[in-house]
Amino acid sequence: MTGARYVYAIGRPLDPAGLAGLRGIDGAQVHQVAHRDLVAVVSAAPHDEAALRARLERLDELAVVARAHHAVVAAVAALTVVAPFRLATIYQHEHRVCELLRDRHQRFEALLDRLAGTVELGVKLYMEDSPPAPAPAAAGGSGRAYLRQLSQRHRRRDTEWQHAASTAERVDTTLGAHALDRNHHRLQPAHLSGVSGRNVLNAAYLVSTARVSEFAELASRLAKDEPAMRVEVTGPWAPYSFAEPDGGQRP
Amino acid sequence: MTRDIALIDVLDRLLEGGVVLTGDLTLAIADVDLVRISLRALICPVEATREAAQP
Repeated sequence: MTGARYVYAIGRPLDPAGLAGLRGIDGAQVHQVAHRDLVAVVSAAPHDEAALRARLERLDELAVVARAHHAVVAAVAALTVVAPFRLATIYQHEHRVCELLRDRHQRFEALLDRLAGTVELGVKLYMEDSPPAPAPAAAGGSGRAYLRQLSQRHRRRDTEWQHAASTAERVDTTLGAHALDRNHHRLQPAHLSGVSGRNVLNAAYLVSTARVSEFAELASRLAKDEPAMRVEVTGPWAPYSFAEPDGGQRP
Repeated sequence: MTRDIALIDVLDRLLEGGVVLTGDLTLAIADVDLVRISLRALICPVEATREAAQP
């Protein structure tokens, strides 16, 4: 086979039967490129690089590409230890992928050793929207009363926010102590996530596969006594947020 | 645990996580900064970032 290759992940060698019928971006057949005891999971890359770049700029198209990438990573992660690649990593030829495995052999080995037997769990904490405050000073109320109500409302919001921030810190510290590693993602604005409440923690934890249920249960319990807070656990994910070859925190 | 995977959670991981190879023998499309910068506008408008980061 010739041509550019889209790389989904690196991992340990797989029984090729496990990849049979697995399709990636644009329905391309997924296969593995091996070097010693490492493989890269790849497919033929879309031919038109400019077109792909343009597609990634459109949210609906980006969603299709991202979900295809994720589907391959998830399928392979069910079979072997993987370190997922970031979206849209393309090499000009399959032999370049081989060179990559050869050149970074040691680092990739260390990375896969670190990730073996682990999964990633996402934990998001939301501050529920507070009930609407009574409408300030209806007709007839004085200007001073209006200002007082406004300032009370602001103070209440500040207090709620501070409380939410300290709850987020407490939850994160506790979960971090029960995880092998953790990383934070950007807080998700409500207009993009489409869920209610304000996101105050968006974290990923690397957890031993054997402890997934225990960890998820702990996460859902941590904010139980906070009526205004909601916890959402996602995953298990392939360890996307912990796939840095150097094994350290990302900048 | 959620069964339906939200796109925004997938994008958090695919655009901020994953093995990143810069300065390697990749095509321009794999230039992460380019992809990330262009997408940041879509995913996380500046006001939203600021609003989420501050009280």
